[in-house]
Amino acid sequence: MDINKIISETKKIDKEYHYFNTIDDSPKKEGNGNLNNVAVSVKDCICVKDMESRAGSKILSTYKPVFDATVIQRIRKEGAVIIGKTAQDAFGFGSFSTNVGKDMKIPLNPFDKERACGGSSGGAAGFTQKSTFKHIALGQSTGGSIVAPASFCGVVGLCPTYGRISRYGLMDYANSLDKIGPIAKTVEEVALMLEIIAGYDEKESTTLNEPVPKYTSYIKKDIKNLKIGIIKEAFGKGIEAELKEKVEEGIKMLEQQGAKIEDISLPLTKKYGVETYYLLAMCEASTNLAKFCGMRYGASEQIKGNFNEYFSNIRSDYFNDESKRRIIIGTFARMAGYRDAYYIKAAKVRAKIIDEYKKAFEKVDLLVSPTMPFVAPRFKEIEKLSPLQNYMADTLTVGPNLAGLPHISVPIGTNKDKMPIGLMLTADHLKEETLIQASSKLEK
Amino acid sequence: MNIDKELIEHISDLARIKLTEAEIKRFLPQLKEILDAFSKLDKVDTKDTKPSFQPVELKNMMREDKVGKCLKQEEALSNSKEKKDGYFKGPMAV
Repeated sequence: MDINKIISETKKIDKEYHYFNTIDDSPKKEGNGNLNNVAVSVKDCICVKDMESRAGSKILSTYKPVFDATVIQRIRKEGAVIIGKTAQDAFGFGSFSTNVGKDMKIPLNPFDKERACGGSSGGAAGFTQKSTFKHIALGQSTGGSIVAPASFCGVVGLCPTYGRISRYGLMDYANSLDKIGPIAKTVEEVALMLEIIAGYDEKESTTLNEPVPKYTSYIKKDIKNLKIGIIKEAFGKGIEAELKEKVEEGIKMLEQQGAKIEDISLPLTKKYGVETYYLLAMCEASTNLAKFCGMRYGASEQIKGNFNEYFSNIRSDYFNDESKRRIIIGTFARMAGYRDAYYIKAAKVRAKIIDEYKKAFEKVDLLVSPTMPFVAPRFKEIEKLSPLQNYMADTLTVGPNLAGLPHISVPIGTNKDKMPIGLMLTADHLKEETLIQASSKLEK
Repeated sequence: MNIDKELIEHISDLARIKLTEAEIKRFLPQLKEILDAFSKLDKVDTKDTKPSFQPVELKNMMREDKVGKCLKQEEALSNSKEKKDGYFKGPMAV
């Protein structure tokens, strides 16, 4: 499809479903390669040169980066056409994309407009489902923000190993947890994008200097020698019955194709994962968000008063509720007198959770579970949840994110309301190819 | 953990956020619920565990000490509304 048609189609979809914070009216193709004329949407928190980039928050209104994130440089070189910035919970703070910036719209689920897209890469996943042309999205995950919306919107989302993809040009949420990753209609497209954006970057000191496999060559590869562990705790109380059934059918499909299936238990992750994740994420977020103060870039007002008053006024007016909550808790948990009991304690529990996963991967190649405990909820159901109940939605996704493990969500059918269900596979560090190999076997 | 109005005001002051009375009223029970959940971690035995601040082992990376391209001053200031003589302006500090 030609670029003008892609943009007019994108605008049409956006008008109805609110997937974008910015759309480029006349995007240009620069390089030439494996993404020739592929439309790529970029989560708002990833910097695109000269394109308003707000991480979904009003406090970054008007900010136009003067440089491209490394992932953007890499896809431009391959001929991608960057069509715009997708909607998200501000800074990634949410599981349903309902915590959008104060002046932004909530993206609507492509299958039912009364339901959420999932978060925080909600616009990315929703648009991937709705787009009628070849399109790959760049999403970002801290605690599940790629696979959760992929699951709710019936598309494929892959979150890589921590350090696999450069985060140069990503607006930080929590540095020890943030990852950029692709969302697409097929596993093959996800593999292609990963192949292009993965790898060492001298501008980003946490990237791993490890070779990048040809991920696309693992599509539909034989899985006869793979051992897959079913996470026992992920099929218990609180997981919708219909959803469990579909995921179990998916596991049977893998078994029929030769994979060896066994049960694995991750009791610590199940019991303490959400609390450990949120404590660390909020601590890190509260320091990262300290730089937003209405000076140099982003939203600003007429400068008056001393710097404390000015900064406090801007931050109070432009951050949304969830951002304020997380900054306050994060600041508290790092305060003298509380730091050891909260922040350091959580970092210790994290070490134990990582250890629990590492032991599991001594026995199996992959772990399998539902991606989310339920299908995309209705907005009126979400409204009734307290912030803590919101956080509990991430119970199945925080584990791999805390441990920096690669994971993928693939659509595995729908429930009686025709809402998509996602199956999640998790692999050991730097084993993205195994995710691609097995998940491609689940595609129809 | 007993978080009260006084403590929340102290923390928000440290975090440079001014909360309205309505926000404090709304946030207080929410933050209490979250902190109570966090206290669950007390039950985990971590006596012999070292904290993990990164999920994978990271090595120090150095690049060659060579002069590279950097942003021009106009570029660095292009997002600042308040600027003068090649500097950005901020509120009064003293």
